[in-house]
Amino acid sequence: MADSKLSEATPAEATETVTEHTVEHGTTTGISNNKLLMWAFLGSECLLFGALISTYLLYKERFNDFAANLAPFEQDGRNIGPRFGGEDGEGVFDIPFTSISSFILLGSSLTMVLALSAIRRSEYRSFRIWTLTTAALGSVFIAGQIYEFTEFVEKGLGYSTNIFGSAFFTLTGFHGVHVSIGIVMLLATYIMHKQGRLNSDKAETVEIVGLYWHFVDVVWILIFTIVYLFPQ
Amino acid sequence: MAITEDRPLALEAGAVTKVAARPLGALTRPQSDVGWASWFTTVDHKKIGIMYGVGSLFFFLFGGVEALMIRIQLAAPDGQFLSESLYNQVFTMHGVTMVFLVIMPMAAAFANYLLPLQVGARDVAFPRLNAFSFWCWLAGAIFLNTSWFLGGAPAGGWFAYAPNTSVTFAPGSGMDFYAIGLQIVGIASLVSAINLIVTVLNMRAPGMSLLKMPVLTWMLLVTQFLLLFAVPVITIALFLLTFDRSFGANFFNVEQGGSPLLWQHLFWIFGHPEVYILILPAFGIISEVIPTFSRKPIFGYPFMVGSGIAIGFMGWGVWAHHMFVSGVGEISVAAFSLSTMFIAVPTGVKILNWLATMWGGRLRFNTPMLFACGVIAMFTIGGLSGVTHAVAPSDTQQTDTYYIVAHFHYVIFGGSLLGMFSGFYFWWPKVFGYKLSEKWGKINFWLMLIGFNMTFGPMHVLGLQGMARRHQSYAKEDGFGFWNGIVSAGAFVIAFGTLAFLINIWLSARSAKRNPVEVGPDPWDARSLEWSTASPTPVHNFDVEPTVEFQDDWWHRKWGENEEGKIVRKAYPADIAQDGSATDVHLPSPSYWPLVLSLSLPVIGYSVIYTFWLMIPAGALFLAGFLGWALEPADDPEAAHGHADHGHDDDHDADASADAADEGASVG
Repeated sequence: MADSKLSEATPAEATETVTEHTVEHGTTTGISNNKLLMWAFLGSECLLFGALISTYLLYKERFNDFAANLAPFEQDGRNIGPRFGGEDGEGVFDIPFTSISSFILLGSSLTMVLALSAIRRSEYRSFRIWTLTTAALGSVFIAGQIYEFTEFVEKGLGYSTNIFGSAFFTLTGFHGVHVSIGIVMLLATYIMHKQGRLNSDKAETVEIVGLYWHFVDVVWILIFTIVYLFPQ
Repeated sequence: MAITEDRPLALEAGAVTKVAARPLGALTRPQSDVGWASWFTTVDHKKIGIMYGVGSLFFFLFGGVEALMIRIQLAAPDGQFLSESLYNQVFTMHGVTMVFLVIMPMAAAFANYLLPLQVGARDVAFPRLNAFSFWCWLAGAIFLNTSWFLGGAPAGGWFAYAPNTSVTFAPGSGMDFYAIGLQIVGIASLVSAINLIVTVLNMRAPGMSLLKMPVLTWMLLVTQFLLLFAVPVITIALFLLTFDRSFGANFFNVEQGGSPLLWQHLFWIFGHPEVYILILPAFGIISEVIPTFSRKPIFGYPFMVGSGIAIGFMGWGVWAHHMFVSGVGEISVAAFSLSTMFIAVPTGVKILNWLATMWGGRLRFNTPMLFACGVIAMFTIGGLSGVTHAVAPSDTQQTDTYYIVAHFHYVIFGGSLLGMFSGFYFWWPKVFGYKLSEKWGKINFWLMLIGFNMTFGPMHVLGLQGMARRHQSYAKEDGFGFWNGIVSAGAFVIAFGTLAFLINIWLSARSAKRNPVEVGPDPWDARSLEWSTASPTPVHNFDVEPTVEFQDDWWHRKWGENEEGKIVRKAYPADIAQDGSATDVHLPSPSYWPLVLSLSLPVIGYSVIYTFWLMIPAGALFLAGFLGWALEPADDPEAAHGHADHGHDDDHDADASADAADEGASVG
């Protein structure tokens, strides 16, 4: 096993270590088992989010009909959602705020690419910086989501207030959990690197984490468009 | 987190792996691969396959007893054997057990044992994940069944239609056990699907292109893809149900505008691919059995594979035929009627190809072949009654009657289960080194076939007469008494058939112990790679990695054509098969952590149902399993080299046996 000194090694030294430590097995497809595992898993995730997004779309429509037909004495805050509620009666969403946090998350895809490119070139210092930046940007996004959720609850939209609340919190909550798992994965690669267990010869591990991270970002583009930007 | 499995699995014989084992105290890996304790830590795909088989047979008896209870209750009008509430629990658990705890794990048993062997690999791509899948399935199965002792089993049918499953209408915790139990079983299926997909795509022996894979491998691969895409949909449905019941969400709360129909859509988008998940493995099994016992190659191999893939795709476009009376609208009904009729086409292709394979062959009617013929006949009946459901006006009449019950038992029992039994008899000598008795096998087959038709044949009549499903009793004036009596008698004939299978195992195992007969590597003159190694399969599968030239490569090594185009024997299996004597094969070490990690899941389940304090032990178990998994040494060079009883390897011996194995292979 390589020790932590390796992280300071020059590229030439690192290459030497590669040949020594890599146990290369040809696979039939030429794609490594680990990467194929991640691709298969992401394929499965498409259906997971597909089912959630369909549920949300269906329930947004149903909720609008439901809220429109509530008599005033029945309302009791049950009609709070994308059209009603909030300070100006314009709905609960704060589009500028969520736009900013969305761009922060999208930016983290760029830093992820930089981290991968750095470890491939054995530039370990910039790898550490970009990995931590990616994790930090993800954390800012999660913090924004927690803030948004609390705001909604303060405005009167809880998880069980109405079907919009249930569908909204479930969809965005599932995505938030995915981002959080991604942050744990990024921190794990950072720690493994610190221990000397992850260097340029295992850059593929970073690539696989990156696949997951980009996937979660792409899903957010969909969610942001469908939930926040479509006409309410 | 990326679960990396860096360990070499397909080393060339003779290659020496050097892994610097760090002494990590508690994290050193278990080493023994013999003795009862080794079953808990094994990562060997063959042992895991056997455990899946034993587990599914156990639950088969369990679900069978539930079926007998239903039939005792319905044997005569105004039955008093089960109360209404107990009857609901028993038929729900019968369905859930037979689908998720019997047929699916039985298919997983064949997939685990045979896929690596058929593609010529030493193990699956991720052995520890494979062990995790099994333990996770078992944990979910036991969790689900503990509901019997904790206030009652789920009682909403295996499809659990909303809003019948809400807290209002199902106040006990039965439905919680259903939702969380199936969630855990689903994780097992998903992980196993990913693992097996990677194995088949990435670990094929040199020369085995996709279109040289055995039909069973193909059908199991399609099944894994169906699982990969279908499981997340039921995952979401079950999450929504759990959130409704435990956290006050409104998904199926009609009062708030929730839509019970959403459940039906999500459930059947999973549920219809699921029926192909149940049947395709059996199609694959009999596609191996029929050519072997007809002494002919499979007829129309590309069509066999193509129709399996077509079923896999079309299976996604027919789900709403389960919902013709749910008010999904005329256009949906018309569209799904059409697609349902179309999906009969690839299935018909398969049946034609099996018959054409048998046509003109030199047939041997051993027990595996009998069961395979049973599948063709019974599945054809079930398939035809299925096409009658595609006719929406007719289906409207049949919905929720015993006609439906008859149909799906003809395809799932008459198709899947008989196919699995064919597989048991066929691969038993490969797995355990002795054949099951033919005499008891035939008793088993005929009792099952006759009992099966007595049980489910009359249900067509009962259904058309208007007897509704899921009713606890019927009145004498309804006139259902006669056929119900026959049906219940048939159920007991099936039970005796199952008993004959168990007696067969017991007697055959006893006689094999007292009077061992060498079955040889290839007792049936079969065609795929698993028959080219010793029986029972050595722990490392193959002494040398096989290379493949033809489809049915093993058969081509035994047989060839002479100048006149006649088939002549080139070699005998005993001469060209690998004898399993290699001792220098490096295998993945056993591990404790898959078991520990999977144990955390049912504890999380109890925690959601009862008290969040249980999250503390659940979290501790999860963390222990997770960290142990991540931190244990990648491998232990001292452990698991071929036969444990050979003791520590000696380089000289190892080279000698590898040479011998090379020689054996070059003969072929």
